[in-house]
Amino acid sequence: MIDSASITHSGFTGSRMQWLFLGIAGVLLLATLVAEFLRWRLHGNQRAGLDLERSRGVIDNLVARIRAWWLMAALVGAAFALGRVGVIVFFALVSLFALREFITLTPTRRGDYWALVAAFYVVLPWQYWLVYTGWYGLATLLIPVYAFLFLPILATSGGDTTRYLERAAKVQWGLMICVYCISHVPALLNLKIPGFEGGNLLLIAFLVIVVQSSDVLQYVWGKLAGKRLVAPKLSPSKTLEGFVGGVLSATALGAALWWITPFTPLQAAGMALVVNLMGFYGGLVMSAIKRDRGIKDWGHMIEGHGGMLDRLDSVCFAAPVFFHFTRYWFAVPG
Amino acid sequence: MLEGLIARAISFAIRALTGARGLWRGCAPAEGLRVYYGNHASHGDFVLIWSALPLALRRNVRPVAGADYWNRDALRRYVIRAVFNGVLVERGPAATAAGDCDAAAKARAQDAIATLCEAVDGGASLIVFPEGTRNPGDGLLPFKSGIYHLACRRPELEFVPVWLDNLARVMPKGRVLPLPLLCTATFGEPLRLHAGEDKAAFVARARDALLALAPPEFIAEAAAKDAAA
Repeated sequence: MIDSASITHSGFTGSRMQWLFLGIAGVLLLATLVAEFLRWRLHGNQRAGLDLERSRGVIDNLVARIRAWWLMAALVGAAFALGRVGVIVFFALVSLFALREFITLTPTRRGDYWALVAAFYVVLPWQYWLVYTGWYGLATLLIPVYAFLFLPILATSGGDTTRYLERAAKVQWGLMICVYCISHVPALLNLKIPGFEGGNLLLIAFLVIVVQSSDVLQYVWGKLAGKRLVAPKLSPSKTLEGFVGGVLSATALGAALWWITPFTPLQAAGMALVVNLMGFYGGLVMSAIKRDRGIKDWGHMIEGHGGMLDRLDSVCFAAPVFFHFTRYWFAVPG
Repeated sequence: MLEGLIARAISFAIRALTGARGLWRGCAPAEGLRVYYGNHASHGDFVLIWSALPLALRRNVRPVAGADYWNRDALRRYVIRAVFNGVLVERGPAATAAGDCDAAAKARAQDAIATLCEAVDGGASLIVFPEGTRNPGDGLLPFKSGIYHLACRRPELEFVPVWLDNLARVMPKGRVLPLPLLCTATFGEPLRLHAGEDKAAFVARARDALLALAPPEFIAEAAAKDAAA
């Protein structure tokens, strides 16, 4: 009885997944065509001058971004195709690259060596192992409680008290943002939602699609209608118009995707709204850190996007909240 | 054949670990008689410079390494000689303690320069670390005069400063387990010995050119330290 139910469910999931990826491919194809058309038109336009030079820069960046989107969609698709283990390993690597960027750009000192060894080689794999085994209790406590206590202990081994509190905070922040928060994305696979068995990959797809398109739509709305800066000191590109337009249209997109989730259209809209707000403020917080460090991008991994953290700042903040909201209101405990 | 594979594997490992990037800020990668000189904080330093070079150039670029360290066991001897085709020179404690008046040290230094000239005459470019030893601290140590003597004997050589960022954090002196942090090798504008330039002036110019590639906060710190010294 249960078996046949889950089989029909996973069959349903499979076809929804196919539609979803076809849809994504369609959107990316459209974006590619538009960008190539813009480039072709600009190329044909022989008017010289600064203006042309600037639009060429914008379009080259757009083309690079869209290429990177194709690659990212392909990688996520490949991880999905490999199933549960593929997804967990994929996000563990994402965490590793993100933590590498974070620790690289927030200087630590020689005395932090053992704390950093523990962060990279013990805490990070352990957190993903806990996600793999589904040990919810420890996965929730490992970094906020145990790493919080033990890493500063390790950091005292060097006997270096220079900027001690600041250094301890940096390692802990790196782990929270890059490992703890990101690990909540594959942890969605562990939720047991009645009537949604075998569909958890679609929850990940919902979260990632809504957050990422919110970023893109904020950018587009900001370019088209942006006038008032929200936080000029933190980010020169975030405008009120971009924020409102982006969040609202991405929320509408989330509602339109209700069919891949266990939510009703209204619930999907609510979830998308929360996720978009968290994503927006995540971008703002991470931008404040970058500005404090005097840098523009976290890294250089992805052409047109900067580093891993530049692309994932919003996901980091949205993932734990999305995970817990879904867990409290839709999943059975366990 | 096997050595080539090992070299590529080591290079791949260090790139995967550190995302190593080469930034050619002051010159383009080119063949020809060049001496790449960098700041020295880790054993990975020469591999990072070597890995940042285009494949076609690597064959003719030889790291200069301390014989006392690399001859210590069979594995190190194999790695530096067969895999990286390194040029081994004698350093010895006297050379690092600035014992220029010591006759033995002087002879040894003469030999070292002769060995380097031989390698250059054989068509090789070199990778050297003029601080002489791995720097355990934060600043840039005073340079040894070896690069000046080399420049005197082979004035056609171009000296390319290469600032290595972060590798000291990846593998601090005395540690075995590397941390995966991002590293860069920034190549600056090449310099040559001017006619009539003396030792102090050339060495200072080379050191300044290297420091100019460091991140701004590093330069400020180093300046403060130099002023205090």
